[in-house]
Amino acid sequence: GPGEMLVCEAAFPGAGGLTCPPVLFSNVRDQDIHLHTLRKLFNESHGIFVGLQRSDEELSGKSKKAQEDVIQMSLVLLGSMGVINTLVTVSVFPQVSILSAMELIWNLCEILFVEVAPAGHLLLHLLDWVRLHVCDVDNMVREVLSSENPSKHELFWNVVDIFVLQGRMEDARHLLSKEATANPTSKGMCKILDDLMKKMPVLGLGNTQTLTEMELKWQHWHEECQRYLQDGTFASNPHMESICKILLGDENAILEKKELMTTWYHFLVTHLLYSHPAVKPVELRFYAQSSLDQFLGGENSPEPLDTILMAAFEFEIHQVIKECSIALSNWWFVAHLTDLLDHCKLLQSHNLYFGSNMREFLLLEYASGLFSHHSLWQLGVDYFDHCSEYGRVYLELHIERIPLTTEQKALKVLRICEQRQMHEQVRSICKIMAMKALRNNRLGSALSWSIRAKDAAFATLISDRFLKDYCERGSFSDLDLIDNLGPSMLLSDRLTFLGKYREFHRLYGEKRFSEAAKLLLMLMTAHIAPCSFWMTLLTDALPLLEQKEVIFSAEQTYELMRCLEDLTAGKLDNQKLQDDDIETTKVEMLRLAFARNLARAIVKEGTLEGS
Amino acid sequence: MEDLCAKFVSQKLSKVRWRPAPATALQPPELFATGSWDNEENKISIWSVGAVESVCPNGEYQGEPQLLCDIRHYGDVMDMQFLDQERIVAASSTGSITIFRHHQNNQTLSVSQKWERAHCHVDSDTSACGGASCTGVICKNPEIVTVGEDGRINLFRADHKQAVRTIDNADSSTLHAVTLLRTTEILTVNSIGQLKIWDFRQQRNEPSQIFSLTGDRVPLHCVDRHPNQQHIVATGGQDGMLSIWDVRQGSMPVSLLNAHDAEMWEVHFHPSNPDHLFTCSEDGSLWHWDTSVEVSEKTSFLHQGGRSTFLSHSAVNQPNVNQSVVSAWLSNDPTKDRMEITNVIPNPTLSVNSVDVLGPCLVCGTDAEAIYVKRQLFA
Repeated sequence: GPGEMLVCEAAFPGAGGLTCPPVLFSNVRDQDIHLHTLRKLFNESHGIFVGLQRSDEELSGKSKKAQEDVIQMSLVLLGSMGVINTLVTVSVFPQVSILSAMELIWNLCEILFVEVAPAGHLLLHLLDWVRLHVCDVDNMVREVLSSENPSKHELFWNVVDIFVLQGRMEDARHLLSKEATANPTSKGMCKILDDLMKKMPVLGLGNTQTLTEMELKWQHWHEECQRYLQDGTFASNPHMESICKILLGDENAILEKKELMTTWYHFLVTHLLYSHPAVKPVELRFYAQSSLDQFLGGENSPEPLDTILMAAFEFEIHQVIKECSIALSNWWFVAHLTDLLDHCKLLQSHNLYFGSNMREFLLLEYASGLFSHHSLWQLGVDYFDHCSEYGRVYLELHIERIPLTTEQKALKVLRICEQRQMHEQVRSICKIMAMKALRNNRLGSALSWSIRAKDAAFATLISDRFLKDYCERGSFSDLDLIDNLGPSMLLSDRLTFLGKYREFHRLYGEKRFSEAAKLLLMLMTAHIAPCSFWMTLLTDALPLLEQKEVIFSAEQTYELMRCLEDLTAGKLDNQKLQDDDIETTKVEMLRLAFARNLARAIVKEGTLEGS
Repeated sequence: MEDLCAKFVSQKLSKVRWRPAPATALQPPELFATGSWDNEENKISIWSVGAVESVCPNGEYQGEPQLLCDIRHYGDVMDMQFLDQERIVAASSTGSITIFRHHQNNQTLSVSQKWERAHCHVDSDTSACGGASCTGVICKNPEIVTVGEDGRINLFRADHKQAVRTIDNADSSTLHAVTLLRTTEILTVNSIGQLKIWDFRQQRNEPSQIFSLTGDRVPLHCVDRHPNQQHIVATGGQDGMLSIWDVRQGSMPVSLLNAHDAEMWEVHFHPSNPDHLFTCSEDGSLWHWDTSVEVSEKTSFLHQGGRSTFLSHSAVNQPNVNQSVVSAWLSNDPTKDRMEITNVIPNPTLSVNSVDVLGPCLVCGTDAEAIYVKRQLFA
């Protein structure tokens, strides 16, 4: 199932030829919660997916809707993350869980590919991104702020540093003021530093200045910081001096705070914030590569998550998708991401050599995975629907393999097939259910299934079963069914016969003999009755022939005789020899009865009325 | 739709039911139960939607249903009803009926009683007893009536081990649903489109009346009786057709309404406002039918998502009725009756399997693993 798609990697590293990067582990113990959250994720994203495809079909505001959906998807992920995050803090492994990684990648793709932020705004978005995803500072912050004397706390400067590294100037200044009040000797330095922070130019957020204006201001501010540093203003306080160096974008100073930043992309964004705030999207790749190299320092090699993010910074969308497919063993992420990017018209469709494009390939894989789950298969149907090339074939193959445990489930599967005109599957499902019903002696159910499939052959089978029961027991079972067949009687000839035969019995029971007689004869002459049953029918005629009054007219009697002759003539000679005495006696009796009736009928018809 | 709240619960819901309010209570319902299906481990869960203003620790906003407790249920939950304030009867796809007790003090659920194999098939070849799904259950404390795929009707009494009455082979097809008609009478619907009335006072195992639609024998999936007028019954069919019947006369329905595009799973009259009817279907929609709309109020047509339709009446003659209360559902005059129909679910995707209404509140469960709660039905 999909839960296994994530957890399997942790339990069996190297399974399926995929190397298992420690960063993308998910804690095996959290499996149950993961499944719960994953199901929510799959269902919510299914709703968004279907909505997007539908609005696409309506051809109105395509890319805008796609953008909205990206945001919505992020919110969904965020919602799921809420549960996971509470676990990550208590778990033994400090690594990022798979859902965290997915959200990280997703948000970055959103910023770079979908929102296409221009220079200036780009950095602001990246700052938000970093702030959102490096969460373990919150504990530290809380600890320091809640202590009695924050500025004396051992982590105090760490917190100030991290605020500065994340560009959270207001927060940093707030803490600095505490230091100023607590430590009057450093008050002067604090004031200057506070001033610098306040004056730092920030683009966006309703500013009307242009990029060039901002760059100019920033240059001036940078020079001012430079002056203070060179004057040795902060020389007595190493903490503040390092902060000033950070403000100047000094790479080494920033790198010193490696443990606080924890990741190279944090380093990248901080470095850009303080050295190239007006960075253009196309320039990102160079800075990203150098940041990665500097941060890793040649000791470690990049992990899969790093490769993915790097591909994103390089704007290589296909590379991102490819790396994600390899690293994340679950198709959910790449399938939805690719679909959304496709709707934003960002993917040039290059056909993969087996004929379908990348989006379709990923969606097919994801949906096939859903079908392997005992419950989530229903979601898979909609995904197949929106794969134009192979979706239908995949659906046909998968839907036949769903176990039909109850009638209600079978009805749902049937409805899916009927809505898509998958007639073969409808027939086969109805046949399976009808056979089951037949074996359980639920003849009414069996008939109901064959009516649904318009399966005349099966209806014939069921009618034969009824007739067999009648012959064995001498009475009909399930009269409520046979008496109330209605127009479904016409589904099969045998069924029609059954209905009419029962009607004959009813008429006889109500003593409406002439109508019964007419019906009986019609059953044979119109060839509604199967030949095997004629003997029974003729035998049924006997009581009518033995009645006091004449029921069958001469004409009708001739018909009866002809039927009998047809029946006996049809038998081969050696069959006649094999016939036991009962058979021959029956025929004899019938012939006698017919002859007698004929005589009476002729007499009756020849007699003038009233005389 | 601001008062509509959705919550994803990671299980496909087959049934949702409000806990019945005590007779004197005026406040809206606070508790509902859900049953799941198609899971390896199915559950019965109790949720609360109290009017609590507190925001939960993980930031969920008020009004969202909170899970109080749950318990494992063997087999899919095919039908479910509250027996009283504390006990829930659940019908399983394994053929057993279970009574669960909800302990309010420590918010737990426990099994109070279980009838195994209330429904089973007897294989004609091997005469082994295989499980047959129980499809419908209705109760009036302390009696419980169940019907199943094996065409059997059982009458149980809570706290009695054996069934009080069993009607074997009551039907040759699957009985899909059952409802109480009068004190000793029940009405069942089956998969060949018949309604059958059974009287438990009679000893013979035959229905006292059989109704069916003319035309194709479309299976009927759900049935509900009008809360005040016991002769009015609504049924929903596999083709999504809603039929209103008067069981006093005629073997044909009074009205036929083209409702949904696919199977109608449940139909409910509102217990205190029976001019309102609710139907939910495989096509993902949940319709709220409102016959209390007067023709003179033209403004109601602007209601978003609604449409109005005429009741189509069959040619059955209605006897002259001197009743002061003529039900809108049976009323004769087509020009006078207009109906407001609103779809409660925005953006339908997968089937709405179950719906329940009580007071001003509505709850429904879907195959998209979501619960929807609407608190202001008659705003």
